[in-house]
Amino acid sequence: MDQAGSSIFRGDAVSCVRGARRVFAGLDFALRAGDALVLIGPNGSGKSSLLRLMAGLSAPASGTILWGGVDIAADRQGHGARAHYVGHATGVKPALSAAEDLGFWSAFRLHGNPRAESRALEDFGLTDRAGFPVRFLSSGQKRRLALARLLAAPAPLWLLDEPTVGLDREGQAALESAIAAHRESGGIVVLASHVDVALGGSADELNLADYRAALVDSAGDIWSEFGA
Amino acid sequence: MKGFAAIIRRELKLAMRQGSDAAIALIFFVVVVALFPLGVGPEPGVLERISGGVVWIGALLAAMLSLDRLFQADHEDGGLDLLVMAPWPLEVLVLAKCLAHWLVTGLPIMLISPLLGLLLHMNTEAYFTLLAAMALGTPVLSLIGAVGAALVLGARRAGVLVSLLVLPLTVPVLIFGVSAVEAAAIGQGAGPHLMLLGALLLAAIPLCPWAAAAALRQAVT
Repeated sequence: MDQAGSSIFRGDAVSCVRGARRVFAGLDFALRAGDALVLIGPNGSGKSSLLRLMAGLSAPASGTILWGGVDIAADRQGHGARAHYVGHATGVKPALSAAEDLGFWSAFRLHGNPRAESRALEDFGLTDRAGFPVRFLSSGQKRRLALARLLAAPAPLWLLDEPTVGLDREGQAALESAIAAHRESGGIVVLASHVDVALGGSADELNLADYRAALVDSAGDIWSEFGA
Repeated sequence: MKGFAAIIRRELKLAMRQGSDAAIALIFFVVVVALFPLGVGPEPGVLERISGGVVWIGALLAAMLSLDRLFQADHEDGGLDLLVMAPWPLEVLVLAKCLAHWLVTGLPIMLISPLLGLLLHMNTEAYFTLLAAMALGTPVLSLIGAVGAALVLGARRAGVLVSLLVLPLTVPVLIFGVSAVEAAAIGQGAGPHLMLLGALLLAAIPLCPWAAAAALRQAVT
């Protein structure tokens, strides 16, 4: 990973604290248009925490995350518009139909393009389920519906936290071709996954276990909070 | 505002399809008020004197019932993360949520309140004032309630907690709402009381979404 000025999305010395625990520290990343970054590391190494930091949902304990040189914390709405976050919980509403749910998020993100929505449903194989209430969809289909938002309302930055959970082979193939097309058009993908996902080209890997060293160094701080 | 309209549409759709929340609040309101003639006795003089207060307290309690669900469902299913990432001001989103909540619970409570006034022998002169006071007061309940609902996200027994947090803050609405109705019932002008209620609403419209938005950002970290 180079630190060249051409990088759009970068983090400088980012560290994350959850509760009293330092999850990782001193983490750098730099991504240019069309780049993909795969977060690897054992459970609890902070992959989801890093994705939430990148989404602007939580703030780093120290360090900064920048988009185009501007701290994302200083431009919440701008970052919300450019980032798609797909987390473990899908946020789909059981009482809405698949098309209504997708249509809501698309309008919410100020796109609301019915043609793009129906194409997104088609790409994720949900066309024949469009009118179904979401409560009748399987968990894999709900996941597909959450991923269809990526296509219905385009945004340059995709933050995907274990996006393949519950997906069948066909669903994963749909995700992979969406990622490849997204990168081709200059989009950035950050993905945390325990299964191999083809990213349509080379991708950087960031092993969060490498940034845990700080955890050992600061163990004294952690225990001092408990009076030890 | 496209996003504002999208939120309202979705909330109304959800309320219509799983409408128990709104219906429960309304039925609760009717039951609480209907208990008073049974408890206090049917003497018209007594009931007439307390009618304004009873209707208002019933409305307050009924509004509390549905408040904890305002953001809770989105918090549980992960949708709140995406809502907080709105590409437009989060305060406006809270305002949309409050408006939807008011349309689903506040408005029916307001519309049925004269009927309950009838049950309590409320002076007919006061009906119009009651409606006007409710129209100004119930949106304030939704707005203050949104702050409480956002603050208790993730807490155990959030429903009880939100009532404990919010009810003391609704005291001004209760005071001016009841005094407006009583002033009208004895033939005095209710204008000043209604104006104070209006002032409360005007203060709550910018302040409550601002506070609730800050609490929501805190809830997703």
